[in-house]
Amino acid sequence: MEITDKDINHLADLSNTSLSSEEKEALKQDLGNILKYIGKLDELNTDGVEPTYQVFEMENVWRNDEIAAQDANREELLNLTKEEIENQIKVPKVL
Amino acid sequence: MKIADSSTSAVSLVESSLKRIEETKDYNIFTYVDKNRALKKAKEIDEKIKRGETVGRLAGVPFALKANFLSKGRPADASAKILTEFISPIDSTTTEKLEAEGAICVGCVNLDAFAHGSSTENSYYGPTSNAFDKTRVAGGSSGGSAVAVALGCVEFATGSDTGGSIRQPAAFNGVFGIKPTYGTISRYGVVAMASSLDVIGFFTKAAEDLDILMSITAGQDPKDQTTLPDFYGKNDTPLNKKKIGFIKEFMESSALNPEIKASLESKLNEAKENGYEIVELSMPTLEYALAAYYIIQPAEVASNLSRYDGVRYGFRSSNVKSLDDLFANTRDEGFMRENKRRIMIGNFVLSSGFYDAYFLKAAKVRTLIIDEFNKAFESVDAILSPVSPNLAFKIGEKTSDPVLMYLEDVMSVPVNLAGIPAVAFPTGKSKDGLPLGLQLLGPRRSDKNLIKLAGKLA
Repeated sequence: MEITDKDINHLADLSNTSLSSEEKEALKQDLGNILKYIGKLDELNTDGVEPTYQVFEMENVWRNDEIAAQDANREELLNLTKEEIENQIKVPKVL
Repeated sequence: MKIADSSTSAVSLVESSLKRIEETKDYNIFTYVDKNRALKKAKEIDEKIKRGETVGRLAGVPFALKANFLSKGRPADASAKILTEFISPIDSTTTEKLEAEGAICVGCVNLDAFAHGSSTENSYYGPTSNAFDKTRVAGGSSGGSAVAVALGCVEFATGSDTGGSIRQPAAFNGVFGIKPTYGTISRYGVVAMASSLDVIGFFTKAAEDLDILMSITAGQDPKDQTTLPDFYGKNDTPLNKKKIGFIKEFMESSALNPEIKASLESKLNEAKENGYEIVELSMPTLEYALAAYYIIQPAEVASNLSRYDGVRYGFRSSNVKSLDDLFANTRDEGFMRENKRRIMIGNFVLSSGFYDAYFLKAAKVRTLIIDEFNKAFESVDAILSPVSPNLAFKIGEKTSDPVLMYLEDVMSVPVNLAGIPAVAFPTGKSKDGLPLGLQLLGPRRSDKNLIKLAGKLA
């Protein structure tokens, strides 16, 4: 499958990533080749086969509805950000 | 493994590890060395030994963390620019359990950024060299872990395996590596890649050491709800048919290096001489495993890596005018090319109009692969297989063609899709002096018996 400029811009958008025009060209090529390879699955008949999304044998693992001790406190977590003001993370203006 | 006791001090074990790390610096193995903390902990253990107090099962044993494991106070950047400057405020469950037994972390080792790769060339810190030939790759993604063990920097190293990231570098560097049954070891505090495939495992120089590490780290963890109820050493799947299989399609593959093929044939012969019946298995769906894997894995990668936005931790782009710029430019500057490929392929196969043709199709192929393994394990205890079709290749040989690099994983990914365990072990050297290795695959929960059998076959 060929990847067009429109496809690459849409995928960059879905991926929330800005890309240089040079990188877009390279990715167009790479993604096209990868999709060609994975298209190999079309050879296989999967009619009537149930999909497997995960191999874990359990479902709905519950825990008691109790507050567990946390490994990191608020201050430690806020220290990880670049800019903090009054216990809040500072980012550029939204509106 | 050499454990500290009254005749060997923990300090001497850590000092010789640090010395070896210094001597092997040009292999680019360690991304962080934690000298002072390691020596301090070693002294504490020595004092405990002197006082006659009990020390853990891994007292004074130096080990390395793959840099996608979080440990309190240490950087955990997964060799990715976007996580540089991130110092972990928490311990992964695995780190905590190992340190509680007296093991001493001497530092963090290199990987392909976010474990995306099969050579450790996709690292922000550059490639790690192979332990036996500096011009060749370490394998990946856990390349630093494998080389650290192979060159004697540490007694063991942690790893993660999503599609072969423990087994292939183990084979490339002549050490043992285990990819456990899905859900055996807690993944709490390990950077997520593809959640339905990721497992935690180890690199060692001996099979027995894998067993010790598994017995310490396996088990249900309330912090990771995808951990199985404890079974390791308690409720292990027996391997008592005395039958070992091999996969006809792998054996006959034209891509398989002749020296690896010869090594597989010779190990099967040895097993036969030791009383094992050898069974040829036809598993035709495995030919499609890699294509299914390169749909499922990027889809999960795209979801897991959506959290890296430069807001709460790690690298943040300085080229920012708006909040949208902050997200998009941080991700552009912070991810490697291979990270972007996987995120974009993942978003493609999950996007409206393509989901059924790609993701759903791959999920169905996954069922067929699981069925094929289930059928195989009705007739054999374990399957002996190549890990990768190739020996360690030259640095730079495959970086320009992502599909060529992905083909490295063609014989390792079926194991992850099926959630079964596999142990990679060394089987000698090629005529050029490069390590040869094979993997032994078993049914779910046979991990302990599989380690034992791999140790016998090695």
